[in-house]
Amino acid sequence: MVRSTGDDVLALFHSLRSAYAATPKNLKIIDLYVAFAVSTALIQVVYMAMVGSFPFNSFLSGVLSCVGTAVLAVCLRIQVNKENKEFKDLPPERAYADFILCNLVLHLVIMNFLG
Amino acid sequence: MAKGRRWESRGDSIVLMLLIVAAGSICTSATNFQPVSDAHRSAAVELFTPVDGSFASIEDTYEAVQIFKILGIEGKGDVRGIACSLVSEVLGTSSSPLKELFYAVKVSSLLKCDAKDSHFEVTASILKSIPSDAKSLNDLYYSIVGLALIKNQIPEADVLLDDVDGIFQAIKALSQSDGRWRYSSDNPVSSTYAAGMALEALAGVISLATNEIEQSKINAVKSDILKLFDSIEKYDDGTFYFDDKAGSVSPLATTSSVVRGLTAFASSASGPVNLPEDTILGLTKYFLSIGVPGDAKEFFNQVNSLSCLENSRVSVPLVLTLPTTVVSLSSKDKLKVKVTTALSSRSPPLKVKVVQAFISGSKDVSVIENQELVFDEEGSLHVLDLPASIDVGKYIFAFEIVFHNSKDGKIYATGGQTKVPVYVSGAIKIEKAEIFVLDSDIGSIGTRKQLNFETENDVSLAANHLQKLRLSFQLSTPQGNVFKPHQAILKLKHEKAEHIFVVGNSGKQFQVILDFLGLVEKFFYLSGRYDIQLTVGDAVMENSFYQVIGHVELDLPEAPEKAPRPPLQRRDPFSRYGAKAEISHIFRAPEKRPSENLSLAFLVLTLLPFLGFLVGLLKLGLNLKNFPVASVPAMFAILFHVGVGAILSLYALFWLKLDLFTTLKGLGLLGIFLMFVGHRILSHLASSSAKLKSA
Repeated sequence: MVRSTGDDVLALFHSLRSAYAATPKNLKIIDLYVAFAVSTALIQVVYMAMVGSFPFNSFLSGVLSCVGTAVLAVCLRIQVNKENKEFKDLPPERAYADFILCNLVLHLVIMNFLG
Repeated sequence: MAKGRRWESRGDSIVLMLLIVAAGSICTSATNFQPVSDAHRSAAVELFTPVDGSFASIEDTYEAVQIFKILGIEGKGDVRGIACSLVSEVLGTSSSPLKELFYAVKVSSLLKCDAKDSHFEVTASILKSIPSDAKSLNDLYYSIVGLALIKNQIPEADVLLDDVDGIFQAIKALSQSDGRWRYSSDNPVSSTYAAGMALEALAGVISLATNEIEQSKINAVKSDILKLFDSIEKYDDGTFYFDDKAGSVSPLATTSSVVRGLTAFASSASGPVNLPEDTILGLTKYFLSIGVPGDAKEFFNQVNSLSCLENSRVSVPLVLTLPTTVVSLSSKDKLKVKVTTALSSRSPPLKVKVVQAFISGSKDVSVIENQELVFDEEGSLHVLDLPASIDVGKYIFAFEIVFHNSKDGKIYATGGQTKVPVYVSGAIKIEKAEIFVLDSDIGSIGTRKQLNFETENDVSLAANHLQKLRLSFQLSTPQGNVFKPHQAILKLKHEKAEHIFVVGNSGKQFQVILDFLGLVEKFFYLSGRYDIQLTVGDAVMENSFYQVIGHVELDLPEAPEKAPRPPLQRRDPFSRYGAKAEISHIFRAPEKRPSENLSLAFLVLTLLPFLGFLVGLLKLGLNLKNFPVASVPAMFAILFHVGVGAILSLYALFWLKLDLFTTLKGLGLLGIFLMFVGHRILSHLASSSAKLKSA
């Protein structure tokens, strides 16, 4: 039987799913948060594509807040992940505190730029 | 006798050659500068009056005395008495500054005050002691020129300088390569004003020398003078002047200083200073172009410099002027020309010729060639009868001066040809003037009205928007040539608006046709009575006029909606404070915003991922198992979440109404609180998880 690419893709997908199921729960929460942020950004871009970029500062502020918080969440995930040898000695509470602080600064700037 | 005549003829030809060469080399524009006159004298009396019985300073006293002497007038009050008493006061005080001693000596040499000889001896000894260790040009100047003046007044005074060569060298050492001078050896700034002072000082040194100064040194100074004159500047009307652009001294003062220095040096040095005639005449014209100055300092500079030029050994400038440049044909005026020195003294015997007279603007045709003017002894004027064929207009006359005695050509400077603008005015003939209303159909003419501009006119016309108004007349000069006046303007004036039209011409025929069909919009659709005003004028037209020749009742159609309104008239045309015309601002058109429904739809759509996030969290099995139970950490935990919530609501308030500064203040306070609380709870959580790991 010749294996088609379609079968390969399906097999890949299944193996990814099973591997992902093994990740710890806190990492899955962070992943969900990232997905939420990115999808919000995408919806804002679609809206701008439809109505034009008139208050451009508002558009930038909205999109960059989503993207910024996603990036910070990814950083948090890296630091909290126990399999990451680099951050072995960093307590996850410290990483969480950094995440909160950076988010607060980001949102201050975003609110100022929102206009 | 025969020898004399041969010299004369040769001299004449040499003079003519020089004049032709000089004429070819200048390219001045036409000007007419008046020499110093009685207007100057009366202004001088006003400007140089002593205030409260004395002058402001000894310098002002000197200026006043010098001006009165040059112009030959008496000032108001006892000028001599006031001046001499001030002189003896200054000379008597032992601690008078050098500058004041200098001016006091100058005043006494002009007025020959009876000051005590002892005063002069003391002053002379003070002045003598300065040059040997003087550091600056000012000190050298005041002391040396002062000593030279004392020598003139009291020949037996002990004023001769010991180290003449040394002092000459000291002054010469401050000169620069471009002919200017510095004020002292430490001051690098060089100025033309200082050059004038230095030349005067050098002239003083030469006159005070016991032995002759070497000719080579004098020639070196003469070449410095020529270098200095290389930097002379000129205006288009042929005036020459000096200007130290960087300095604080005005061009007038700088030029006066150079003229004083030049003439002083030329008088005391042996041998001539070879400056071209045009330069001397150009300087004279510069001073005369000021007219009658209103400031005492400027007046002094002007008249003193002109007097220096007149008495100098360089060349005495002669000024050719016309008392009036307008010659009227209708009153059969003659052209009058005056030749005098700049201070209005007599010139040597000479004759004036009109070399050419051409119409301003076209240099080809000359209406007068080589005419000699007749000298009128009584008015000391040269008079010319204009030829009968001359027409009205603006001309440029080129005059030339020929001396009776050829030697005078070397002493006096005339500048070759002098060009002067002359207006020949006359009465212009206006013929066949008529105004009428034309119907659109060609050939059908409405009522015709003849006009006569020498009397009052009051025509009354009526027209509607389908008709045309035509005004025409013919202009010709007394000789019958075409004449185009500077202004030929027709104005239609309504109560609410006025409109101006230019009357064009083809040859002698002037006409303007107003086609009301095309002008309806320009007239703002205003019907009613329009006054007709005609202006025809020119500088050379003696019968220029401005007349209201009548009125026309215009019947225009109604204005459509979007027609322009006439500009709002001020309530009183002569009042400055009435309402001004209204300005209509043009704002930027606002951007198009999307429809509200679309925006609301997307608002909902944006909130959907958040809901998805919450649902996902529930599905993942988010729990609060790790929430601390003990009271203290629990309180901190709650406070932490409250703190984060507070900061987020502060941000929301910031977006809604606060400004950045208030927000930052609030954020600072909340941030400190949150830091403290967060640190407590997180360190508690970290320690408890560490305990769990080790356990």
